[in-house]
Amino acid sequence: MAFFKKKSFQLNVLTLSLLTAFNIHAAEPVPSNQKILDLIEAQQKELEALKAQLKQSEQRTEQKVEAVSTMVEKQQTTSPSWVTNSRFGGYGEIHYNNLKNDGAKGDLKEIDFHRFVLYFGHHFNDSIRFHSEVEYEHSLIGEGKPGELEIEQAYLDFDINPNLTIRGGLFILPIGMINETHEPNVFYGVERNPVENKIIPTTWWEGGVNIMGKVPTIAGLQYDLALHSALAVPKDNYTIRSGRQKVASAKANNLATTARLKYTGIKGLELATSLYYQNDISQELDPKAGSGLLWEAHADYQIQNFKIKGLYAHWKLDGEGPKATGKDKQYGWYIEPSYKISDQIGVFARYNEWDNGAATGKESRYRQYDVGINYWAHPNVVIKADYQHQNGPAGSDLYKGFNLGLGYQFF
Amino acid sequence: MTLFLFLTFFISNVVVAQEVYQTPEDFLKEAFQNTVPEPRLLWLTGERQKVAEQILGHKSTSLRIRYWKMGEKSAWILDEVGKDEPITTGVIINQDKIEQLKVLIFRESRGWEIKYPFFTDQFKETQLKADFNLNKTIDGISGATLSVKALQKVARLALYLHQQTALEKL
Repeated sequence: MAFFKKKSFQLNVLTLSLLTAFNIHAAEPVPSNQKILDLIEAQQKELEALKAQLKQSEQRTEQKVEAVSTMVEKQQTTSPSWVTNSRFGGYGEIHYNNLKNDGAKGDLKEIDFHRFVLYFGHHFNDSIRFHSEVEYEHSLIGEGKPGELEIEQAYLDFDINPNLTIRGGLFILPIGMINETHEPNVFYGVERNPVENKIIPTTWWEGGVNIMGKVPTIAGLQYDLALHSALAVPKDNYTIRSGRQKVASAKANNLATTARLKYTGIKGLELATSLYYQNDISQELDPKAGSGLLWEAHADYQIQNFKIKGLYAHWKLDGEGPKATGKDKQYGWYIEPSYKISDQIGVFARYNEWDNGAATGKESRYRQYDVGINYWAHPNVVIKADYQHQNGPAGSDLYKGFNLGLGYQFF
Repeated sequence: MTLFLFLTFFISNVVVAQEVYQTPEDFLKEAFQNTVPEPRLLWLTGERQKVAEQILGHKSTSLRIRYWKMGEKSAWILDEVGKDEPITTGVIINQDKIEQLKVLIFRESRGWEIKYPFFTDQFKETQLKADFNLNKTIDGISGATLSVKALQKVARLALYLHQQTALEKL
């Protein structure tokens, strides 16, 4: 820039000099036409030279900008491979429960940082990827403390071809709606729905191998076929949820198989069904226990801003032990309509019903009604409020009241 | 042992599995009837950078974005991560409206349903509002939330950048 200023100044000086020369020598004889032409020609040459210099300068500037931009962009993408090929993220949710309960456990009035989850993934190459999630539950761990530190996912995906991936490691089972997709900003309600909690039981992960494929001839149809570690359901109550071993030195006398078919070939629709089978639900610790079979099916349909979800899950436990306690049949279902008033606000209602002792011959069925609202301050940040009302067997713990929640996700 | 052999077989047969539905080159040829104009660069500086960041929800890693333009029609090949991997999407804008949006390369392990025309066709004729949102609702796909969001961002960015090309010296 200084160069141009200098040249411009030189031109001005030259012009001024010429004018001054004409003025001073006004009385002198007028210069010949040839002299004027020579002067104009000299000026023309000077201008041409300046233009050429300007063009060269522009080119050099462009080259420099190009080089700097390339370098800046490169710096953003050529960090060490473990950085550029790795992904970090997480999600979390804090809850406030204000619930009345006339049962033995009494009211539930608490604030709990329910989940703090860190995600880490690494991309080895285009066909091998690692994913993991470490979850800190209830904020504080240790002897007598409410929290747990868990590895919820840690697996490798091997892409065999565009329609087939083999997953190996510790992974979430492909059952239900909320088991695999459970970040707080993607579902309604402060707490996850009780049916998938008490029956499926989400979050449910096991260690093993999962073959995941797409059916090329039917658009939107995909399948999972997994062989993995299994539940060790305690014989004192045959409560499914208590049987999760969480792949922590898990007994593997009996492995289990999970299969899922999922169809998403129509706009707004998801239909899926899963089967889980385990030869011995107690891992051979209870001679009175037999096999366990879970069947689950769900549908999720969205039309414009309206959405409806429904899920049914049913356990059949074989053996004299489960039969004697009436736990050989356990089931649950829910239906959840919701409406998004705007991009930021959505409202929902949900009816849930579940029974973890459906063959006891006495009333053991629970029902829960929920209504609530989600406010997305950002697509990945949600504030939730809901009201719940439970009905169930007389004398049992039945919670009624409201919940507030704040959740986030980043990646 | 069977499991080991099974895994050995599959792992030894691992190939690149990113799904290339259409190469960017073919997409451009199709969009411009085989007469693809010379690419141009649009700089993401100043206000543009701020708006791009607002749309994407993160800083853009590029200072310049390549595009192809002929008359009122422009083409954009943009990458945006769904959850883990970038999804390469081609967008054609004509007179400030989306003429076509197509997933060209998909690398995520979930959410691949966004490739289907039943989903991408929703973007046709979509325009950008003054607040840089789309002027119509895009229905999501259950279980593919992050991929859906990535495509919505790409659509908004392409529409915004197309508007910005009008301010560029040709």
